[in-house]
Amino acid sequence: MAGTNDSHRSIAEAQTAITIRDFDLWYGDFQALKKINLEIPRNRATAFIGPSGCGKSTLLRTFNRMCDFVESVRTEGTIEFDGQDIFQMDANALRVYVGMVFQHPNPFPMSIRENILYGPKRMRRISKAEGDEICERCLTRAALWDEVKDKLDKSGLGLSGGQQQRLCIARALATDPEILLMDEPTSALDPISTSMVEQLMTELSEDHTVVVVTHNMQQATRVADKTAFFYLGELIEEGPTRELFGNPKQERTQEYLSGRFS
Amino acid sequence: MASEKIVASQGRSAELDAHVRRIDSQDKVATGVLTVIVGLVMLLVVAIIVYILARGAGRALAPGFLTNPYNNEELPGILYQLWDSFYMLIVTLVISVPISLGAAIFLVEYAPDNWVTSAAKTAIETLSSLPSIVVGMFGSLFFVVTLGWGISILAGACALTMFNIPILVRTIQQALEDVPRSQRDAALAMGLTRWETTINVLLPAAMPAIVTGIVLSAGRVFGEAAALIFTAGSAPARLNFANPFNFMSPTCPFNIFRPACSLAVYIWRLTSEPTAGSTEIVWGTATVLLACVLLFNLLARLLGKLLSRRLTAE
Repeated sequence: MAGTNDSHRSIAEAQTAITIRDFDLWYGDFQALKKINLEIPRNRATAFIGPSGCGKSTLLRTFNRMCDFVESVRTEGTIEFDGQDIFQMDANALRVYVGMVFQHPNPFPMSIRENILYGPKRMRRISKAEGDEICERCLTRAALWDEVKDKLDKSGLGLSGGQQQRLCIARALATDPEILLMDEPTSALDPISTSMVEQLMTELSEDHTVVVVTHNMQQATRVADKTAFFYLGELIEEGPTRELFGNPKQERTQEYLSGRFS
Repeated sequence: MASEKIVASQGRSAELDAHVRRIDSQDKVATGVLTVIVGLVMLLVVAIIVYILARGAGRALAPGFLTNPYNNEELPGILYQLWDSFYMLIVTLVISVPISLGAAIFLVEYAPDNWVTSAAKTAIETLSSLPSIVVGMFGSLFFVVTLGWGISILAGACALTMFNIPILVRTIQQALEDVPRSQRDAALAMGLTRWETTINVLLPAAMPAIVTGIVLSAGRVFGEAAALIFTAGSAPARLNFANPFNFMSPTCPFNIFRPACSLAVYIWRLTSEPTAGSTEIVWGTATVLLACVLLFNLLARLLGKLLSRRLTAE
């Protein structure tokens, strides 16, 4: 697995997909994010690492405004997606362009086919042939097609955990999002499913902007081109994954990477 | 030194042994007591069922008991009461299921967390603990007199709805709340509105529990008597099944403005005004009523299992 380090692509050449400027977030009186400044490169994989409660998931959930559902949440600063402030956009429209995959696989209580087509069907009429095409394309992309092509009309909840997670990835791909957010997508999976999903992250980041929150530092080195390290709501250090892991500049980063706190 | 240590550890292990013996015997006593309690409860249920079956099964199984009207001279049956019970149940469910579904969805998904919501929740809980005779009195004053529906199936169904709503709202609320948080997240992250989430994700996921709840509540409504005496009446209707579509006729089985007498009310009436041979009929009716309620419970389990199996695969 260590060999995959060589696949890291340069982030200097990449355009910026998301720009975060002076971003603060409070839950009531508690400040969960402090003056975050960060750029997420387009069509690259970016990993957020840091100990529990450091704010990495909060920031990820801000990108599709899932944080709106938390009461007493308050933000300052801007987050721009393609030059547009996401807080000025319609949240439900934003979420069509920003797909999300969660820690626990959560297919809808429908058949595999309906799971995939649910998103596209909300936006326009889909013919039978077009539906079949979308299903095959998304499931193939999510490396699930061969396993489920004979049971597309069976419930998605009948699949194994790893298959369900890939179904969720396929479902997220079906609306053709530009950005894929993944919140610890492998922490509930077995090692084989984990490596399949990691493989997918790498492949998908060729034409999608992937942002992944992970507790697993090896996972960050395997899949991410860029890594950002958070601690107590602050962005401590960010940079190309190889530099951050090979030559961390901040003392805190060094301590975290060497396992002195977690 | 070494021997002292051994002695010390022997002391500790003797202490530990005593502790283990003590908690073991506690566990045995508790298991025994609980088994006896559960045994008593089961004995009670079985005794009631066996007693009723022993007294009534002969009559209930007699040919014609289920298909003869009450005024058949050879063998008075309970055809009309059976029909009225089921018909009133269906009317009740038609009224109460949509209302309860709406109320539960509102309370779980939409209601802001304020005093109005908590007042509504308290009101629903209070409704569930109202004595049924009081609901019957209210029904007779409001539905029968004020609204002018007269003693009728509709008035009876509305009184039953008042019982059924709190039970149903509670079960549907629980079923919706039990849908895992992760499913809700999936829907929200896809930009689904609350309505889309409720209809396409939450309701299907909660459906097995909701259907089980509806059928179980049907069993309770089916056996209700006190609320119906003043609202749907206790005089057995004369029904004419030969001409079922003359809806205004008092003998039309589908007419919701005619009086009706359910199985439970029939038992009450025959017991309070006994006539020759009525004891037999009472026990036969009780057996049929019991069988119906048991069937409802069985059906609830079966449907729930079937639906959840369909939901999760195969």
